[in-house]
Amino acid sequence: MGLTRNSTGRQAAGIFPGTRDASAQEKRIALAGNPNVGKSTLFNALTGMKQHTGNWPGKTVSVAAGHCRSTLHSCLLVDLPGTYSLMAHSPEEEIARDFLCFGGADAAVVVCDASCLERSLNLALQTLELVPRVLICVNLMDEAERRRLRLNLPRLSSALGVPVIGTSAHNRTSVRDLAEALDLLMEHPQASLARPLSYPAPLEAALQLLEPQLRRQIGGRLPERWLALRLLEGDPELEEKISAFLGLHLSADPAVQSALEDAGNLLKAAGIPREQLQDIVTAALFQRAEALCRETVSPLSPDTQKNFPPRDLLTSRAFGYPFMLLLLALVFWLTLAGANLPSRLLSDLLFGIQDLLTCFFIRIHAPAWLHGVLVLGAYRVLAWVVSVMLPPMAVFFPLFTLLEDAGFLPRIAYNLDHAFQRCGSCGKQALTMCMGFGCNAAGVTGCRIIDSPRERLIAILTNSLVPCNGRFPMLIALITMFFAGNGGGLSSSLSGALLLTGAVLFSVGMTFSASWLLSRTILKGLPSFFTLELPPYRKPRLGKVLIRSVFDRTLFVLGRAVCTAAPAGILIWLMANLSLGSSSLLNCCAGFLDPFASLFGLDGVILMAFILGFPANEIVIPILLMAYLGQGILSEPESLPALKELLAGQGWTWVTAACTLAFSLFHWPCSTTLITIYHETKSLRWTLLSFAFPTALGLILCFLISRTAGLFF
Amino acid sequence: MKELYCLNDMKPGQTARIAELPSAKDIRRRLQDLGLIRHTLVQCVGKSPSGDPAAFLIRGAVIAIRAADGKEIQIER
Repeated sequence: MGLTRNSTGRQAAGIFPGTRDASAQEKRIALAGNPNVGKSTLFNALTGMKQHTGNWPGKTVSVAAGHCRSTLHSCLLVDLPGTYSLMAHSPEEEIARDFLCFGGADAAVVVCDASCLERSLNLALQTLELVPRVLICVNLMDEAERRRLRLNLPRLSSALGVPVIGTSAHNRTSVRDLAEALDLLMEHPQASLARPLSYPAPLEAALQLLEPQLRRQIGGRLPERWLALRLLEGDPELEEKISAFLGLHLSADPAVQSALEDAGNLLKAAGIPREQLQDIVTAALFQRAEALCRETVSPLSPDTQKNFPPRDLLTSRAFGYPFMLLLLALVFWLTLAGANLPSRLLSDLLFGIQDLLTCFFIRIHAPAWLHGVLVLGAYRVLAWVVSVMLPPMAVFFPLFTLLEDAGFLPRIAYNLDHAFQRCGSCGKQALTMCMGFGCNAAGVTGCRIIDSPRERLIAILTNSLVPCNGRFPMLIALITMFFAGNGGGLSSSLSGALLLTGAVLFSVGMTFSASWLLSRTILKGLPSFFTLELPPYRKPRLGKVLIRSVFDRTLFVLGRAVCTAAPAGILIWLMANLSLGSSSLLNCCAGFLDPFASLFGLDGVILMAFILGFPANEIVIPILLMAYLGQGILSEPESLPALKELLAGQGWTWVTAACTLAFSLFHWPCSTTLITIYHETKSLRWTLLSFAFPTALGLILCFLISRTAGLFF
Repeated sequence: MKELYCLNDMKPGQTARIAELPSAKDIRRRLQDLGLIRHTLVQCVGKSPSGDPAAFLIRGAVIAIRAADGKEIQIER
């Protein structure tokens, strides 16, 4: 879900491009592999960092690095983006290739998928052509075993001429084996480049012409066979990078130039035009991979039933959509029902602490304003945010991680792709949208998994149209109070969950409409090429899920909310307690906004609360209450019915509630999200649009609701 | 002579060999990276509820491909 500190790229700084610093003792090891082969899990296990792995391709977009110590060496492990090849067809592949070429890696570990070895070997072969010291790590051996595949790793090792080890990412001894193998690799006396495959005869002849000339020029700083291939293919961008790295222009050298010409003519005479060269290279790579698999994997046709059951409920024609809806409703119901009691206990505890704090301030004779600012302002808002946010998050995030871990999310993207395609965008937007349910800022960061810039922008701009976790408490409270009936117990939590699902579906519908609108107006274009890998269903590891979702997500989001809530609490307390004439600043502002807000079925206080809630959406309701009660501190209503009475006393009807509900679904993104959008788009214009677009949508919606209701009631 | 079909003509459960990839360079390269080259064996393993995209077993991995792209990929069975 891209919600960790690591994925925001802090660790990525200073590693790339590869200028090497004083710590020459430290070995630099690149970790390469296809997406979704458990590469990041291995990386975490080796480095002890909690870098989160996603269950869909393209998760690691920025380059993460971490230190690890084996018995003999201290290593800097660089986790390259997951790629299928090093031909640099996408930004990730370019990053991976450039690091292996120019990043000064001492060695590379290629992580392969044991159950899908052929495709992994394509990348491994390409790496072998490029890096002298390579360790092939065949991961997911347990999965291959489940699919009744037997792998002969010693034979693979002797065929390739490099060490090969088998691992299971969740097995502790595997990680130790890997560290030991790394040591052996480093100790290996002379690191010579393996020649993992031969190309068709004319191409080999052409390489023969070019290689000696290159060897003379580059003095071993780049592998000449690899370089010769790339020069023959002719990629001007790569040639420029190579020139910059070597500090000399290869094509300016007359000997290289003439060898290149001869080689080109030779290929042309053999009926291989330059444009077809890459096809031939790729075909040779895969033919070699096929041959290697024939030698080492048995039986050859894997048990596909387990991989993709034909009667897969989630993607079946009849049950696919209903099942997805059911899953969504179930997640919300569990969140609602499960969060109730802990939320109450937590708020009792935290507000109990507030009384203790007040006693302490009285005892030390602190001035009343200090007590007001710190305890009634900062602490009280903080306590509110924690007690309202923490329990639902502690239920929601593990559930979400569970679905992710089991492999459900890529299938949801698979199911929804058609709809997104018709809206001119990409099925992976379904994934970023799902992340948005957790946190819009995380969703926006996650949009990096979308390749096409146009489709990525659509996904970024529409992400805040789905409610994030910070907005759920408000939605839940409003739905429970005004729409779900007050029976309490199972029936009201069920009807609440259904209504909440409805509200969420509405926002998903809005995401579709907005994407459609954007791709027909300012972001015109046709949907680009799209492939999505559907990894096999995997049994989620409950312990890992809990730890990861609590530490990486829940505490991370909570920490951010706390950082914004405390200063906001001080501001709100000041606004409520500084008076302008006869009424407080807060009420003055609310009064000022009132005429405008009432156009949209809201009132000045509601709008004011949303404006002050800009740093974090979760504090909207507390501000509302504080303004209505005019007591200058955030109040905690005893129960939801009491809250409803209070709101009704202020002139709230179900229309007001519906408008507030609509506005909380569609208004400006919170400050964190906006900052993230600016980071991702590097454009003030798009950031402003992402502010204005949902706001306009919300206001229009509120206007329509209040006017329509006004006609009938 | 074998008859040519496109990827979209495959029904779940059917297998076929790739005859020709799309000529557009970008798409061609991306498919090649996934292991789709001439003569590669593919199996259609399912379609999404709306019928598009469909899922194919390619060299041990399941990849979803849209009909818009699949119509450019020719197969022989």
